[in-house]
Amino acid sequence: MTSPSVLARVQDLTVRFRTPRGEARAVNGVDFEVGTGEVLGLIGESGCGKSVTLRALMRLLPPARTQIGGRIEVDGQDVLAMPGPALERYRGGTTAMIFQDPALALDPVYTIGQQIGEAVQRHQGGSRAEARARALQLLDQVKVPSPAARLNNYPHEMSGGMRQRAMIALALSCSPRLVLADEPTTALDATVQIQVLLIIRELQQRLGMSAIFVTHDLGVAAEVCDRIAVMYAGRIVETGRTADVLLHPQHPYTQALLASTIHGSLRGTRIEGIRGAPPDLTRLPQGCAFRDRCSRARSECGGDVPVLQPVQGGHAVACYAAR
Amino acid sequence: MAHANDYMVDVAGLRKQFQVRPERWGAKPRVVHAVSEISFKLRPGVTMGIVGESGCGKSTVARLLMGLVEADGGDVRLAGQRLGYEPAQLKAVRRKVQMVFQDSFASLNPRMTVEASLMFGPVVHGVPRAEARRNAHELLARVGLEPARFAGRYPHEVSGGQRQRVNIARALALRPEVVIFDEAVSALDKSVEIQVLNLLQDLKTEFGLTYLFISHDLNVVQYISDQVLVMYLGKIVEIGPVQAVYEHPAHPYTRALLASMPSMDPRHRTLVPPIVGDPPSPIDPPSGCRFRTRCPHAATPCAEAEPMLVQTPVDGSHQAACHMLNAAPGSWQPLVPAHTTPGAMA
Repeated sequence: MTSPSVLARVQDLTVRFRTPRGEARAVNGVDFEVGTGEVLGLIGESGCGKSVTLRALMRLLPPARTQIGGRIEVDGQDVLAMPGPALERYRGGTTAMIFQDPALALDPVYTIGQQIGEAVQRHQGGSRAEARARALQLLDQVKVPSPAARLNNYPHEMSGGMRQRAMIALALSCSPRLVLADEPTTALDATVQIQVLLIIRELQQRLGMSAIFVTHDLGVAAEVCDRIAVMYAGRIVETGRTADVLLHPQHPYTQALLASTIHGSLRGTRIEGIRGAPPDLTRLPQGCAFRDRCSRARSECGGDVPVLQPVQGGHAVACYAAR
Repeated sequence: MAHANDYMVDVAGLRKQFQVRPERWGAKPRVVHAVSEISFKLRPGVTMGIVGESGCGKSTVARLLMGLVEADGGDVRLAGQRLGYEPAQLKAVRRKVQMVFQDSFASLNPRMTVEASLMFGPVVHGVPRAEARRNAHELLARVGLEPARFAGRYPHEVSGGQRQRVNIARALALRPEVVIFDEAVSALDKSVEIQVLNLLQDLKTEFGLTYLFISHDLNVVQYISDQVLVMYLGKIVEIGPVQAVYEHPAHPYTRALLASMPSMDPRHRTLVPPIVGDPPSPIDPPSGCRFRTRCPHAATPCAEAEPMLVQTPVDGSHQAACHMLNAAPGSWQPLVPAHTTPGAMA
């Protein structure tokens, strides 16, 4: 899907952390673009760098321990070079984030109405009454039943699904152009997860926002994402339209990940997973990081790291064997 | 020892309520109906999956079977032995039943090496140390961890998937007959999850085990189970062979739960949520059928009496607890869960 205008552009992003065990190379040269009104899914297993990429976009990584390289541009602004006051306007204003655990992300000593109201007043000014009216409208938008009563609830008085809806309302409070969602439905029950996914999808389309959706759940990605980028050991190994990547995966890792995702009626059959485990980020191997687990590895794979090469129609894969 | 009957697990009328502090001083104490009149039987070698959302009581069932909490009523027989709460009775039962928890790190003692953790149970039960060590090494090898490399490591020195293998080995160290898995693979990455599930299948055949597999992941339960038990607010709403329940779900809750699974196919996205609202709190649940507050088919009788488990009219192969099962035959659309759409596999 080629979008008319690009809202966010990430170029050659690298993130390294100082750890007691040495330097962890969490993100190793990630490039992508998100168009206006487009939803990009970053998928992969734990430690693949998907959440770190998202946090870099929000400048949430601890500066003392982190070394960030490359360029991040959102809505024409250079995010990594942003000074303090601009960063304050950017966080919550241009870009908002939805976290996995609303119980941790919401402040337990303020009511939902106070928290949403504070964000609205901070970014858009206005009176407390106006902010409260906006909070009410937002809660209604995310389908919280009896929103007026909920404004006076503390987070602990709400169920998990209601809390996550309240956090989405908070994220949308200042009409962001880009929403960053880090596993927003992973902690929810099945019947609640699908409701929240549908709310996010509907609001994103109605308000014309762009979104980056980090998830390990391919089913969730299939429900909401226009495009998908599959990450492994800090690199994008395959990217393309959701249908292309999920239905015609080209990279051996994407294929193996799909094959080891249990779904549908597979009882009695035996699925063979991917052997081994993801590499240690402090000791990444030379060449393709998936090489040791790959059934199609060959000698070239130990040389230069494969780069993304187009397959067709925006579908690209970083693998020597896939060509 | 002769078994009293043919069942490995025989649970009858199991009940557990928890008191919650009242909202104000002097108010009536509130009661969580965690598990209400649960009965089921399992033959040796069968895997029973237990599914349901948070607060439905599935973990409390596991804890009751292990004797970790004392039941208010009902009867539990495991491998022919009645579960009692005297220390000697508990010790006897826990040789037969072992459990693997979700958090692989919290369930291992951080100050014990892998080998020491595996030896601890058998030594308590009187196995000589040398024999316990030999068994521990055999088990480590069996779950795919090379004893020479892993026996001396501490829990923080191994990865999440490897730690869960250690927990599985520890559960097997006492040679149990029943193993309960409470969300045991939920925290693992997909590629590791399938490795562990395959290991569980192999171990079950090799050691002749009976499994209770608790999970919120319906796909995983379908993959590993023979029977499935669906819970809602402390009650069984549907129970039977996994294939029958997944193909012909009779209870409106089971239908909604199955239809809530993301589709895996971007061409067939879910358009309307199967049911709205969150699961209500298990504190003071609704009268009559506990699902009626979210049920699209709820009618007057649903508020009046609790439905009993009866044979389903569709194929008669399994049981469901719903007043409306026979009320309007044919009025329900056959609800094909979206996840059955083929084509998303590589």
